[in-house]
Amino acid sequence: MSETPKAEAFSENSLRLAEISNPSSEIVHFPADQPLQLDCGGTLAPFSIAYKTYGTLNADKSNAVLICHALTGDQHVANEHPITGKPGWWTTMVGPGKPVDTDKYFVICTNVLGGCMGSTGPSSPNPDTDGVYGPDFPVITIGDMVRAQARLMDHLGIAQLLCVIGGSMGGMQTLEWAAKYKDRVFSAIPIACAARHSSQNIAFHEVGRQAVMADPDWCQGRYDDEKKLPRKGLAVARMAAHITYLSDQALYRKFGRNLQDRDAVTFGFDADFQVESYLRHQGVSFVDRFDANSYLYITRAMDYFDLAADHDGVLANAFTGTKTRFCLISFTSDWLFPTEESREIVHALNAVAANVSFVEIETDKGHDAFLLHEPELFDTVSGFLNAAAAKRGIVGDNAGGR
Amino acid sequence: MNVHAASPAVRKTDPSRIDLLLIAEMVTRGSRVLDIGCGDGGLLRILSDKHDVDGRGIELSQQGVNACVAQGLSVIQGDADRDLIYYPDDAFDFVILSQTIQATRKPKEVLEQLLRIGRHVIVSFPNFGHWRMRTQLLFKGTMPRTSNLPDSWYETPNIHLCSIKDFAALCAELGAKVERAEVLNAYGYRLGFTMPFFAQNLFGEQAVFLLSR
Repeated sequence: MSETPKAEAFSENSLRLAEISNPSSEIVHFPADQPLQLDCGGTLAPFSIAYKTYGTLNADKSNAVLICHALTGDQHVANEHPITGKPGWWTTMVGPGKPVDTDKYFVICTNVLGGCMGSTGPSSPNPDTDGVYGPDFPVITIGDMVRAQARLMDHLGIAQLLCVIGGSMGGMQTLEWAAKYKDRVFSAIPIACAARHSSQNIAFHEVGRQAVMADPDWCQGRYDDEKKLPRKGLAVARMAAHITYLSDQALYRKFGRNLQDRDAVTFGFDADFQVESYLRHQGVSFVDRFDANSYLYITRAMDYFDLAADHDGVLANAFTGTKTRFCLISFTSDWLFPTEESREIVHALNAVAANVSFVEIETDKGHDAFLLHEPELFDTVSGFLNAAAAKRGIVGDNAGGR
Repeated sequence: MNVHAASPAVRKTDPSRIDLLLIAEMVTRGSRVLDIGCGDGGLLRILSDKHDVDGRGIELSQQGVNACVAQGLSVIQGDADRDLIYYPDDAFDFVILSQTIQATRKPKEVLEQLLRIGRHVIVSFPNFGHWRMRTQLLFKGTMPRTSNLPDSWYETPNIHLCSIKDFAALCAELGAKVERAEVLNAYGYRLGFTMPFFAQNLFGEQAVFLLSR
């Protein structure tokens, strides 16, 4: 795969930079006198949260559904992405008549704290200097992301969310919501996630971070000030991570050992195989829409996530007294967040006699299955959500669920 | 892996299934219920629609679980042998094990768990002491097969079959109180109270026990 031409690279980068300072979505600024308490002990002020909404909030504000995005996702769930021009990342799930029906529910998705699509993150202006935060941005946690989202819900006057839904890191946020804000979460759908990041997953993240930091253009995290960009490092990080999102079978089905635009191997290190070419493309295009420091900070937040650790090492304690209705979903070929991790959460919820459903979906698409066309996933989400809405007394076209 | 794996399909709920109606009748309105081996969720639906219960289910087959959750029922994938240990004591008012105990690996331990997590336990099971079973074994010399238990010995999920007498003995051994026992004949009719116990064990095709500690 050839390098992106320089002019194009520049124009795409300017699109990316524009989204950081002036996002194509709603945004709420919390001023300096309303700081955000952080788990690291410090505070963040001022801070901003960029978010998208779809559908209409009903009169008693009971139909709000919060979608939490994954590591490299953003608030553009169901609309054209402002940088790539591609459809939103969950258009299969969210929209009119979709499982998360925007004709019936008021759907909110925030760009996470530490992100690079408008919410305050390492590429936001540092109030203490003339430049951006860069490596001076505090290390944030999943708990901090959720605390920031809760502040947005306060701002929107939403006391309780009908449902919090998320896959992967979004699932971690969903669990954090359910554990920390029990009264504010009527139902929760954590998908393909875990209550703590496994050592294997921390290891993969460390490889990604080292790739970014090994790029001389990372400039110790001050590449914005230096007018540089660690393109190669971030692309390699993305390539490595992307492999973990797929399954061996899915890769084989897609590419096998097929060669890329050639009849024989070249006895060189060009992208002979289609799978190499695919990964290179994934890496290069990722750099155009994502900030390298955000990647470091958000992967770190996932590494630090351990819900049981906050509750004397007993996961069940995180959910004591919960009235939330849970629906956990995992995928058979997901080796990044295997079914056993979801089952552990189910057992913890059973231990506190919580209302929990658990569905494992058979698929060979790996971790990414939650973003793809999986009819059983859609049936599960719509069935569960409709039943929750019916319990909450929300009527609509699909209410009742049966 | 698991013994149920041999079972070809999810338990489909025949709304006229008399044991299910009997079970529904035993459950107190508005109570909290766990249905183990809930199949396609038919009993849970009857219970939540008509008896206003807070119902949960456990089902081994993923297909069954997915069907239940898609209907809005609270069901998890799991099985009686492995997953009951995770529930706290007295988690439910009623725990139901319908036509499943004979397919568990350790029926005695399962029953102990049921009595721990439920204030009341309802167990229904096919009676292997039925005269058809006895005569097939006695005269044909083959493992009995009936419309209720149609599988060949080599593929049946039912690895721990018992008679009504056997089950009553296990309840006694565990110190469980039998609050109610209903015995149904092949046509689904209840056998009268006046019938002596040995005759119930001979003519009953299935039994439904309501137990408590």
